[in-house]
Amino acid sequence: MANGLEREILRRYEERQGLLPGWKEMKQEDKTRVQKEIQDDHQAVVAWEAKAAGDEKQRAADLKRLLEQQQQDFQQIDALEYQKKTLKLAPRPAVVKNTILAFVVGGLICTAGQVLIDLFSSGGLADKDASSAASTALVFAGALLTGFGIYDELGRVAGAGSIVPITGFANSIASSALEFKREGFIYGVGARLFTVAGPVIAYGTMVSIMIGLVYYFWK
Amino acid sequence: MAQNKVGKQTWQFAARPVIVSWGTAVGPMEGQGPLRDQFDMILDSNLFKGDKSWEESEQRLMQHSMELALEKAGMKAQDLDLYLAGDLLNQIITANFSARFFGAPFFGLYGACSTLVEGLAIGASVLNAGYVDNVGVSASSHYGTAERQLRYPTELGVQRLPTAQWTVTGAGSYIINMSGRGVGIVCATVGKVKDLGISNAGDMGTAMAPAAYDTITVNLQELQRKTSDYDFIVTGDLGELGLNALKELLASEGHSTNNVCDCGMLIYEPAQDTHAGGSGCGCSAAVLGYLLRQMLDKKFQRVLFVGTGALMSPTSTMQGNSIPCVAHAVVLESS
Repeated sequence: MANGLEREILRRYEERQGLLPGWKEMKQEDKTRVQKEIQDDHQAVVAWEAKAAGDEKQRAADLKRLLEQQQQDFQQIDALEYQKKTLKLAPRPAVVKNTILAFVVGGLICTAGQVLIDLFSSGGLADKDASSAASTALVFAGALLTGFGIYDELGRVAGAGSIVPITGFANSIASSALEFKREGFIYGVGARLFTVAGPVIAYGTMVSIMIGLVYYFWK
Repeated sequence: MAQNKVGKQTWQFAARPVIVSWGTAVGPMEGQGPLRDQFDMILDSNLFKGDKSWEESEQRLMQHSMELALEKAGMKAQDLDLYLAGDLLNQIITANFSARFFGAPFFGLYGACSTLVEGLAIGASVLNAGYVDNVGVSASSHYGTAERQLRYPTELGVQRLPTAQWTVTGAGSYIINMSGRGVGIVCATVGKVKDLGISNAGDMGTAMAPAAYDTITVNLQELQRKTSDYDFIVTGDLGELGLNALKELLASEGHSTNNVCDCGMLIYEPAQDTHAGGSGCGCSAAVLGYLLRQMLDKKFQRVLFVGTGALMSPTSTMQGNSIPCVAHAVVLESS
């Protein structure tokens, strides 16, 4: 009896697979009927699986998976159709305006950095130390502006222009610190300080190690 | 067949439960929006003075909105036989702490932005069945609490997508019973979960539109109505893009859509730069008060109020899953 059921469900499965290419054009009520048929078959297999043992139980489990996959395949087609339709309605980001603003703001931040380096150099710091001092000053400025609630307003306008420079890095850490300080210094600030900056640190460190190795062996 | 069931998904409330009073409390940004005169309480800041966290303030918002509703109805918290509340936060903490304060028998609800309508539907059905005398329903959201849970730290300098919606800081509470006067809840249509594969947390309107479409068409079909049988069909909250997607879906099936509007579009002005409009349980919860006022003033008589929820979890989104969505509807009628 179980074999008869299995054959019957497999036959219907194959029949429905034939509908895949034309699914898009099918009427909603036919689609609903097919989806319901899959559900009913699935339910029948569940009943079969509950009674079966050994090899037969495995065959039932496989058949269940097959039906679930088929249901998803049909849904996937509907989903893609819908996404195609709504994509046309979506407003486009203002790419040109955003790019120009990012360029200008990012450029200004970097110029400020250069001014700081020159100031530190003229104050008597060696070049390398002047760069470090300028980075430190920029990180401080980024964190301070985050605290004053200014940096997120800047980011809304400038996008990548204020994310990419080191001030953006400071913002990502300071904003996490502010956000999670209410959960305490251990489980809040300590544990979640790098929620946003974590990936940059993790992969930045890894890449720098790899580049260091390449440099060491190929020098 | 159950005597109050119409079709498969629509419940009819023959005894006609009534929304007797409501209270709304919102944040400063909502207080500057076009509905500023409609709210009972507007905060100067997203934090109440003395609160240490946004979560505390959201809870206070919900609590105050219910206190205002009770005050207007001339009731006390002890008069509530059932309190139904929900919000967007994990374990619906805002609702739980509000329920702790009121000490009323409590069911916590989660339906994302559909929570308020879910509460109204359940409340009306329990009233209709004769188990309770007074039901309180609350829903809330808060920009700060929602962003930090679902997206980024609030002070992070990121650019939002043009399709993104702005989480409303606000709460609304409603009291329903059978003895009072007001706008009646005549039927409810309970929605099915719909998911058409949208996984972008910055475009929840598009994700929710199919759920809203399904619930609206089921409601129309089961009650044998047309969209024009309602003075307004108000969704809460699809935002601009979601509303357009819904209108497109309705129009493709031949429904007229000129009376379809959205709470997320009503609560802010375009100049407030929220991109696609408002979202969050607090959005429809705060705007419904305004709609009820209009109905009591006889500006319109019959409204289909559709709560649309994107049941988004950051965990499942990060694991590559799309956003399941649900929409529930209640038919509101002024007598």
